[in-house]
Amino acid sequence: MSDVAVTKRSQRRALGPYGRVGKTINELDERLGIAKGGRSFLDKVYPDHWSFLLGEIALYSFIVILATGVFLTFYYTPSQALVTYHGSYLPLDGQKMTEAYFSSVNLSFAVRGGLLMRQMHHWACDIFVGAIVVHMARVFFTGAFRKPRELNWTIGLTLLILAIVNGFLGYSLPDDLVSGTGIRIAYSIIESIPLVGSYLAFWIFGGNYPGNGVFQRFYVAHVLLVPLIMIGLVSAHMFLMFRQKHTQFDGGGRTEDNVVGKPFFPVFMAKTTGYLLIITGVIALLSAFAQVNPIWQFGPYEAARISYAVQPDWYMGFLDGALRIWPSWTFHSFGHTIPFEVFIPAVLLPGVIFNLAFAWPALERRFTHDDEFHNLLDRPSNRPKRTAAGAALLAFLFMLFVASSTDVLANFFHVSLNTVLIAMRVLVVATPFIAYLVTYKICKELQAVHNAGRRKTANIVSRTPAGEYVATPSPLYPDDRHDKLEPTPVPDFISTGSPEVTESGVRTVER
Amino acid sequence: MKPDEQREPVHLRGLSADDPHLQPASAHPERAEAVIAVTLFLGLLGVAGFGACYWVNAAPWTLGATLGGGLTFLGIGMAAWGKYLMPRGPFVEERHSLAATDEDRDALAGAIVQRGGTLLKRRKLIGGLLGGGLGVFSVVAIFPLLRSLGPLPKGTLFHTDWKKGSYVVDQTGRRVSVGDLAVGSVMTVYPEGAQDTDRGQAVDATVLVRLSNEDFTTQRGRETWAPMGYVAYSKICTHLGCPVGLYEQQLQLLVCPCHQSMFNVTNGAIPQFGPAPRPLPQLPMYIDASGFLRSQRGYDQPIGPGFWERS
Repeated sequence: MSDVAVTKRSQRRALGPYGRVGKTINELDERLGIAKGGRSFLDKVYPDHWSFLLGEIALYSFIVILATGVFLTFYYTPSQALVTYHGSYLPLDGQKMTEAYFSSVNLSFAVRGGLLMRQMHHWACDIFVGAIVVHMARVFFTGAFRKPRELNWTIGLTLLILAIVNGFLGYSLPDDLVSGTGIRIAYSIIESIPLVGSYLAFWIFGGNYPGNGVFQRFYVAHVLLVPLIMIGLVSAHMFLMFRQKHTQFDGGGRTEDNVVGKPFFPVFMAKTTGYLLIITGVIALLSAFAQVNPIWQFGPYEAARISYAVQPDWYMGFLDGALRIWPSWTFHSFGHTIPFEVFIPAVLLPGVIFNLAFAWPALERRFTHDDEFHNLLDRPSNRPKRTAAGAALLAFLFMLFVASSTDVLANFFHVSLNTVLIAMRVLVVATPFIAYLVTYKICKELQAVHNAGRRKTANIVSRTPAGEYVATPSPLYPDDRHDKLEPTPVPDFISTGSPEVTESGVRTVER
Repeated sequence: MKPDEQREPVHLRGLSADDPHLQPASAHPERAEAVIAVTLFLGLLGVAGFGACYWVNAAPWTLGATLGGGLTFLGIGMAAWGKYLMPRGPFVEERHSLAATDEDRDALAGAIVQRGGTLLKRRKLIGGLLGGGLGVFSVVAIFPLLRSLGPLPKGTLFHTDWKKGSYVVDQTGRRVSVGDLAVGSVMTVYPEGAQDTDRGQAVDATVLVRLSNEDFTTQRGRETWAPMGYVAYSKICTHLGCPVGLYEQQLQLLVCPCHQSMFNVTNGAIPQFGPAPRPLPQLPMYIDASGFLRSQRGYDQPIGPGFWERS
């Protein structure tokens, strides 16, 4: 027994100046060497711009997808075995259905919170793919994909493709009448590939349609295989962003060789965690008030039945639209058939679009002979050709998306389906050119206007008691408070100058 | 490492507490704090409400509303805390080139090229054998992965279960006889025995349309195919295999709801509109002595969408 009295104060002293936190860090650093890296992680500066939040929407909705998806796996059965429904949803009572459909309906109605989780999973996925597209558009239009970030562009694009594929797989799992038709179409698309199509289809589905044990396969791919690859790629995406540091817009002391913004701890951390909560909250609100994919209304899938006027999830729309408006050109000769009416719009077209997107950074470097590093972003109007090309591609895809509802449009406008079809064919071809020209022209105009896009101050006009109107002189542009200060390095410590402080940064309170 | 008691507090570059960079971004921090406090309180109420709603098993929308509202308020409060009450900055960080020196690069390249090169040059035989072995493995490893997944297509895409003399049955398995359909109506039929199978539903499904009270000829050479006006076409669309589920009675068109292909039932289901490239195959019917509808034989061509092996 020591004769030194153990007091609170002596205990505190033994812990060192930073208390338990310091002690923990000592222990961890001795074993893992985290101190240096951890410090620079906390100090890392994140630039501020609203458009940088688009990627975060994608990241955080991905987290929501993972969390809600785990919940759904507890209750879903990937089986084609037939059962008879006697659950709480009476309109389906006594109907024969597969276990896949049965468990999907059951987890919606019989599991507490299940419907909310299913809706959140679906909404989060729709938002996820949307956020990726918008984020990619931001990266594209501001030139953030340029050297040294070409690899991250490639990873992001791969993630988009995987997200679409996995979205389709997940959409197929409930085995409702609508998604079943989607699987049938996917089968036919695979079958349309020359030479290997029927073999591929047989191997993926385990036989002639509807195949054998397809839900087992789709399920494993949907919850394990694809998500695993995606998590790996998302991690790589984040790591590269972290290592290469953020891009930023010009101005306010920002140069090619620095990053100006707020440090990760505590500012960015607070904002981004708040953002995660907001995104989760908004997805939950959407799921509470906006119904998505009501599989119990569609009924169980039977191969010989079909529903009318249904569209796939929005991100498959461009494919569906292309299939609808492509003419019925087919090829058969020499004892073989190439279903061009399917192969071109559903296989070649997305292949060309995605490969063009993969190749874009290299293509642009080739044409501009620009081999410099770029950490400052472009204003889209300063790169009129790139901006116009992006607008043209988006217009093309958007028109294909619209074309996926030809029947709905015909009903809505009371015109013949033929009129809608021809109109869509014209629009799909013409709109990209118009979009290119209009965007190019707008960019050129914007370049000519000095300070275009900067917010101006309001003119304050007041009336004097005498009835005279006087304009208060004010600067043309409001002074951004942030611009008034020179950026400073993140401080290592903050000296309060208070007499209480005996050691720098540590305040000892006597008890 | 020195024991904690002996460590001196480090003196590094710092900012004094009254430095403008460290001031909150909000011009009125007290007001901002009050608003944030209210927001966070609402968030707290929301997530607590979610717990309560879950506990009493309330309607799903209340779960979503409380959870969503709670998280959104908490999030707004937290983001606002970061935006308005934390140091306004701006702070700057140097961006250093990630590239190493030329010497370091040459050292790496040299290590790969020279070390690896000499290794391979000296041991060409085993290098080649190892490379060959791994190459062959990478090819053969795909075989079981692919080939075990499913059978080979063989003839299955070319045939259906419709045979010579197959009885025509409806969804429930009841044989269809000559008086079952009124003129102008339509039903989905299967070869007897297949109506309950996956293959029957997905491959054999056939649309039976009654066009008239007399034998109906859709095309030359098909004079006997539609006795008493009973015309039968494959229900599987030749575009992408959706069931051709809609019948437009007045125009006598079968319509596929997926991509709006339309087939004229009076002339052998020639596509009249839409992306379908081929007519729906027609199934020759006959009526036997007991008045039941039966197929003369199977389809004379593969049904459904196109594929490479189809002639």
